Order: sequence, then C-alpha cells, then structure tokens
Amino acid sequence: MNTALINWSRLQFAVTAAYHWLFVPLTLGLALIIAVMETIYYRNKQTLWKSMTKFWMKLFAINFAVGIATGLILEFEFGTNWSNYSWLVGDIFGAPLAIEGIVAFFMEATFFAVMFFGWEKVSPGFHLASTWFTGIGAALSAYWILVANGWMQNPVGTVFNPDTVRNEMVSFGTVATNPVAVNKFFHSVFSGWMTGGVFTIGVSAWYLLKKKKIPFAKSSMAVGSLVGIAGAVAVILSGDRSGVDIARYQPMKLAAVEGLDNGGRNASFSIVPGVSVPSMLSILATHDPNGYVPGINDIILGYTDNDGGYVLPVQAKMWRGRKALAALNYYRNSNDSVPENKALFKRVVESNSAYMGYGRLSKPADVVPNVPFVYWSFRTMVYLGCFILLVLILVQFFLYKDKIMKNRWLLRLAIISIPLVYICGQAGWIVSEVGRQPWAIQDLLTVGAATSSLSVAAVKTTFFIFLIVFALFLVIEIGIMLKAIQKGPDPYFPDEINSTHQNYRRE
Amino acid sequence: MSWNPFYLISAIFRFYRDGFRNMTWGKVLWAVILLKLFILFVVLRLFFFKPAMSGKTDEQKSEIVGNAITRPNLINNTKTE
Repeated sequence: MNTALINWSRLQFAVTAAYHWLFVPLTLGLALIIAVMETIYYRNKQTLWKSMTKFWMKLFAINFAVGIATGLILEFEFGTNWSNYSWLVGDIFGAPLAIEGIVAFFMEATFFAVMFFGWEKVSPGFHLASTWFTGIGAALSAYWILVANGWMQNPVGTVFNPDTVRNEMVSFGTVATNPVAVNKFFHSVFSGWMTGGVFTIGVSAWYLLKKKKIPFAKSSMAVGSLVGIAGAVAVILSGDRSGVDIARYQPMKLAAVEGLDNGGRNASFSIVPGVSVPSMLSILATHDPNGYVPGINDIILGYTDNDGGYVLPVQAKMWRGRKALAALNYYRNSNDSVPENKALFKRVVESNSAYMGYGRLSKPADVVPNVPFVYWSFRTMVYLGCFILLVLILVQFFLYKDKIMKNRWLLRLAIISIPLVYICGQAGWIVSEVGRQPWAIQDLLTVGAATSSLSVAAVKTTFFIFLIVFALFLVIEIGIMLKAIQKGPDPYFPDEINSTHQNYRRE
Repeated sequence: MSWNPFYLISAIFRFYRDGFRNMTWGKVLWAVILLKLFILFVVLRLFFFKPAMSGKTDEQKSEIVGNAITRPNLINNTKTE
C-alpha cells in the first residue's frame, strides 16, 4: 500500500476531526449552562440572570455558527478519501447518521430559533423548554455520531456479506446500544460540560481581573464551576468504564496506553516512565487487583483472558484473515459451476470474517499502534483533567468564601485553563483514535485497505486547502468572540444581586 | 388563538422574518455561516471532494472494494504492505 497516501489521508481526517471537536464540546457545555441560567431566571425573574443567559447564549451562537457543518467535511472525506471504508460500512452508518441529521436539523434548528428570536414572542415556559431542547438536541446528535464511532471500535450487530462486500446490520438495537458507543457518549458529553464550565469561569475571571461586571462574572462563575465540577467528576466515572471496555474490546489500545510490553496479574499503572502504582492497572482494567492485563507481547503471542478463554496469537489471526480473503476472492471471481463449491467458500469467508482485517497485515507487529504517542496523550488527558478539576473546585470554594477577587492567581489560572481543557479533550481523542491503529474498523479493516485510490498530490492539495480555510474561520470565531466578550453582557440592575446571591457577597 | 393552518404558517413565517430583521450581531454570524457553506458546498464539494465511486452501480462498488481488500497489489499499482 502507498504509505504516503495513507498518511496524508489520515492526517487530513485527523485535522478535520480535531477541528470539529473544537466546537462540539463548547456547544454541549454552554447549552447546559445557559439552560441552567435561564431556569434560574425563570424562577427568580432577576434581570441579572436574563442578562447572563443572553450573554452566554451569544457566545454559544458564535461557537455554533463557526462550528456548524464542520462535521459535514468529515462526511465529504468518507466519500472521497475513504471510499472503500464507506462502502463497507454504508449499511451501518446510514441509519445513525440519518437520525443524527434529522434530529440535528429539526430539534436544533427549531428550538435554536425560538431560543434566539422568541424572547418576547413566546411564553417564558416555552422559551425555557426551547433552550433545554436545544441542548438535548445537540447531545442526541452527538449520540448518533458516537454510535457510528463506537461501532468502529467494537463492531457489533452486523455480519459481513460476501455477495455485496459490505458489513450489513442485523440488529439496529445492538448497534445503537453498543456499550462502547454508550460510554463514549457519556464520556464525550460530560467532557463537554467540563469544557463549558472552564470556558465560563475563564471568561468570567477575565472580567474579575479587570474589575468589570463583577456580579455578573461571579454568578456566571458559580454556575460554570458547578457544571464544570459535575462534568469533570462524571468524566472520571465514565472514564473508569472506558478502561474496562478498552480492556475487553481493544486490549492492544490499553497496552499502548500503558506502554505495557509484558502483562500479568496485579499489573501496575505507570504514572510516568519508571514510577508506577502496583496493581492499579489491574483495578482500572478489570476492577480486580488480581485481574489479568495482557501486554503487547502477550497479545502478539496469544494469552488466556480473565474469562478463561484463549485469545489467538496475531499470527494465527493473520492466517485466518488470509484464509477469509482468499476464500472471498475465489467466491467472487471464480467461474466454478458447482454451487456446492461456492457455498463452501462462502462458509469459509463467514467463519473467518471476524479476522478479515488481519489478512492485510504483513507481520504481527503491525497491530501495535504508536505507543509513545498514545502513552503521553493519555497522561496529558488525565493530568490536565485532574488539574482542571482542582481549578474548578478552588474557584467554587473561593466563591463560597467570598474571596475570589483576592486570589488573582486563581483567576489567571482559570483563564489559562481554557486552552488546557481543549488540549485535554483533543488528547482524549488521540488516545481513542491513534490507540486503535492500524484499524479503521477493529479487526475487520485496516486503514490501508480503507483508503481510496487517489493520487497523493490530490490529498495533499485538499489538506492544505483545509488548513487555510480552518485557520481562517478559527481566527474569525476568536475575533468575534473576543469582541463579544469585550462588549460584555446587556445592562442589568446590580441592586438585585445582593438579594439573590447571599453566598456570593460583593467584595 | 386560531389553529387555522394558514394562520399558523403565517405566524411562523412572521416569527422568523422578524427575528432575522431584528438581528444585530447575528447578521455577522449569518455572513460567516453563508460564507462557510459556500466554500464547503460550492468550492470544496464541486472541485475537490468528488466521491471516489460516484456514478458507479452497487455491483461495481462491490467489485472495486472486493478487489481492493482481497488483492492489495492492485491498489494504486503501488508497492504493497
């Protein structure tokens, strides 16, 4: 396979997906934050809360406007750069992506409009419901996208059809409730809450450092830090579940995350190279300190898993994969007139299709992803996540103690946390996607076999066009957002603040 | 309030029309959205992102992908894995 073509196609997809993920988490997080703010306004009718809701809604809209349709570019790339893959998965991705489109269009477009245009035109209750439904619609959209992604990590509910050369859905319910997809959904949405929370406290901290809009900034910080803390704690809990899922469905990814050459029971968790916590990896992967965790060499050479089942060596899987591909080739191209012979080859394909992707590997070590990249991306995600949780807790603590203005270092940390939370989220996706290499679909299709037959120059050209267009829109978004932040919220009546924020007294 | 469908459609129309008319900073966002959609669907889609198997029948697509995954040597006529 042309390595340059694969690498450029991968890089292009990675940059597009990473760009898309700049906008999604803030949409998910701010949607909840503005819904909470409007709910408080609905109950207390304080102008401050309306002003807060409208201000954060404006930033939500800017982010939404620039982020809108960035996901469509990924779908363009599926058809152009990954046409083999698109054909193989078309039957499975069609339903979730269609539902996503319908949900996104009807829920988000309808309620989004009411949220912005309907302040004085619909009842307060209907407006509030629209704000909540906008957020719910965004989360539901994310769910169906993650069903598609989850299937690539753990292909369930489908069978390979040798006649059409497609993976075809046999159980929509199994695909839709794939445990990897469900957990990914919660992990991603909660990370969005975390992002929204950090963004809110960071922007609010800027006002406090400037000694501007103080009641507004403190109240925004209170909501943002609470949503952020809830998100961060939930991210940790769903991350724990992710660890168990990865150990079960993608053990090589886990071995790469840990840089674990040789596994075993009471496996240690590596804090940094040379420093580890005994048995912690076994606990994280199996919830049992004595649980067995395979290392890279074990996976290549074969091992007995925690359920007592023997997992084949990669060489044996490669043999079965080649058998499946050879049988598929014969089944599709042979002019054999004996139906029994064709039926026999079809059965060979079907009985070995679970290893079909291995047939494309040239050596067992090809199943090992880029270990240092995955190892450090995981640690970047975890350590930044812990740091951000600490910042959020400190912000909430000093707000409660009414000493936030005196701790300017914390306000600065809150601002610095904005880029850090984005790096944290991107690192998480690197773990998820680089960690599953060389697979486009786990065990079934390598990225090499998934790419279209294009010239490298064509992929390079579109890559650089994207880079320029993406950079341009990012500069536009940041510019519009900074302008909106500098302008600040609509006027409100500061006298109302003391009655509604007894815990957050003015300093 | 009337539930006459014409009244309803007219009310929805006016809702959107007034909303767009009264936009202030939102107009800039719409300009950004339209510019982006133009770049995406007119420039990129038409000139750069043509689906690799557009115009092919399902049988032809099966054939192409079947060959690609079973006979890697044929892909791009380039050096194989």
